[in-house]
Amino acid sequence: MSRKRLFQISRRDMPLVATFIVFLLLYAFGGFSYRNFMTPRVFLNLLTDNAVLGITAVGMTFVIISGGIDLSVGAVISTTAMIVAVLTKAGMNNVLVIAIALLFGTTLGFLMGGMIQYFKTPPFIVTLAGMFFARGLGYVLSLGSVPITHPFYTNASSIGIKIGNGKLSMPAMALLAMILIGWFISRRTRFGRNVFAVGGNEQSAILMGLPVTRTKIAVYTFSGFCSAVAGFIYTFYTLSGYGLAAMGLEMEAIASAVIGGTLMTGGYGTILGTLLGTLIQGLIKSIIAFNGQFSVFWIKLFTGGMLLGFILLQKIFVYGTKSRRKKR
Amino acid sequence: MMKGRQIPRIAWPLFALGLILLFNLVFTDSFFAITVKDGHLFGSLIDILRRSAPTLIMAVAMTYVIATGGIDISVGSVLAISGSIASLMVWGGNTQYLTSAGSQYYAPMLTIILIPLVASILLGAFNGVMVSFIGLQPFIATLILMTAGRGLAQLLTGGKVLNFRHAGFEFVGRGYLFGLPFPFLLALGVIVLGTAITRLTPMGLYIQAVGGNRSASNFSGVNTRLVLLFVYVFSGFAAGLSGLVMTSDITGADAGFMGLYMELDAILAVVIGGTPMEGGKYNVGGTVVGVLIIQTLTTTILTKGIPTEYTLLVKAIVVVVVLIIQSNKMREVMGKRQGKMILKGGSAV
Repeated sequence: MSRKRLFQISRRDMPLVATFIVFLLLYAFGGFSYRNFMTPRVFLNLLTDNAVLGITAVGMTFVIISGGIDLSVGAVISTTAMIVAVLTKAGMNNVLVIAIALLFGTTLGFLMGGMIQYFKTPPFIVTLAGMFFARGLGYVLSLGSVPITHPFYTNASSIGIKIGNGKLSMPAMALLAMILIGWFISRRTRFGRNVFAVGGNEQSAILMGLPVTRTKIAVYTFSGFCSAVAGFIYTFYTLSGYGLAAMGLEMEAIASAVIGGTLMTGGYGTILGTLLGTLIQGLIKSIIAFNGQFSVFWIKLFTGGMLLGFILLQKIFVYGTKSRRKKR
Repeated sequence: MMKGRQIPRIAWPLFALGLILLFNLVFTDSFFAITVKDGHLFGSLIDILRRSAPTLIMAVAMTYVIATGGIDISVGSVLAISGSIASLMVWGGNTQYLTSAGSQYYAPMLTIILIPLVASILLGAFNGVMVSFIGLQPFIATLILMTAGRGLAQLLTGGKVLNFRHAGFEFVGRGYLFGLPFPFLLALGVIVLGTAITRLTPMGLYIQAVGGNRSASNFSGVNTRLVLLFVYVFSGFAAGLSGLVMTSDITGADAGFMGLYMELDAILAVVIGGTPMEGGKYNVGGTVVGVLIIQTLTTTILTKGIPTEYTLLVKAIVVVVVLIIQSNKMREVMGKRQGKMILKGGSAV
């Protein structure tokens, strides 16, 4: 009895385990192929370089678990950075700037969620309009690149905790914090359970008396908040606001969630998986950078191939568990 | 509400298009003027038709994909691959201008057009197999090709922008036939082809059946796999064709940016046109109107001299307004008001 139970649990977490194994394999491949790959520095840089994507992907995971999608995230990141750049240049107080920047993404998420829920319009189209709006606002603020020269931002890159020959930078810490928050919300709060319930079967969730409207709006609001945080972190790397920044990041964030085992149909997904999905995409980039022979264009091909591999693997597991919802 | 009283779905997008045109009638000088220059028609309206062609070709095929309850977000990348192959074939190291007669083409005109199209059809078939036989969700299946395809296109061109001159091939995107822009005629051709296949054969019915309920249509004897394969192949073909139009028009292929986000425009046009994303029904006429709305809006903004940075903001606002007008909530409100008016009228009599 207990053995069967153990088996069932492991099967439910199989996609996550598979993702973890692939991550280890890729990491080991890098380690055996290139010297200095398995140093703390490379690993910590992996966290630093993928912090923006990872933070965005946390919000995206919630949206996808709820059965929706958010295409606006890349645009929100670039516009948040633009807002920070423009307002800082105008000499506004830092705290106020951060508050306004975070408020922009969160409000946009709230409005999109409200529109999806109230007018029953497809999330794909509503968040697409949100993307147009955010990008458009970014262009209106400035068509060119706006540099950030405030010492708060220029000094931020030097902040960090030294580990071995590497450094746990501020973006990396922010990523870990957001992952922790995401994990806590998804696993330990009532809201988190509601998100799974809504994504699993919205009709049932309504019949069970769960606050579906509130949950769905909150999910998009949270995603908007995550992208805004990511956009703020983004300014530490680029030290500028640029309207064309973070193009196509929404698809990378979706890929992170999917590689991490989150089902696009909703109802299933893990934050830890999303972190691994993000890091796997980062590893592909690192390995290609270490190799130096392959052109950067291989990154997209490899990521696509990796995505395909994962989905097929998941397919096998989903076939294995009868309790899954019917494929569509 | 009674069925006869219902406003057809295409009415709202037509209304929106009418509003934009009305705005131009009042505020833009000679927007509707069409003159004949060098034996072909010329004017803002003709320009809209010409510029909307690549999206139109894509969106028509996308309509059928969405009608099956699917989605194809790989079309932008397929477009880039098709354009890259075409310009590679034209290029071939020969960058000087090739006149139509007596010149040494690197490849015959037919292969310049056929090989990219065959490649696009194969890519479409890949999507189709992933969705129908392997059973992947359409979004994911096409996300794979969207990601990998963009990389493939960049690998093909080595990340360079391939510019070329080729009088014959340039006709595809820039030529005029019967006074009308050739790309627009190509788009019309795709519409006719799609309509012929869906109306003259039971394919249209099957597409709706699969979109309505896949397993039910499977049980009632519809070969759902073949239907799904067909719509994705058609979508791949259309993306390839619009890649040819675009490459020929700009006489070059920029694999990294060509067709970027075009899939989203195509999907937007389909939804604005009244085809629901859940599938089960489709409205090709609505899609055409949807594409025209987007293009007329863009052209209007350009001709009005509004700074281009406002284009996206205006687009976002128009999309939101159209979505709200079209939503069931709005229909309910409108329906209630109509009902009340009828009631009042009834009591007066």
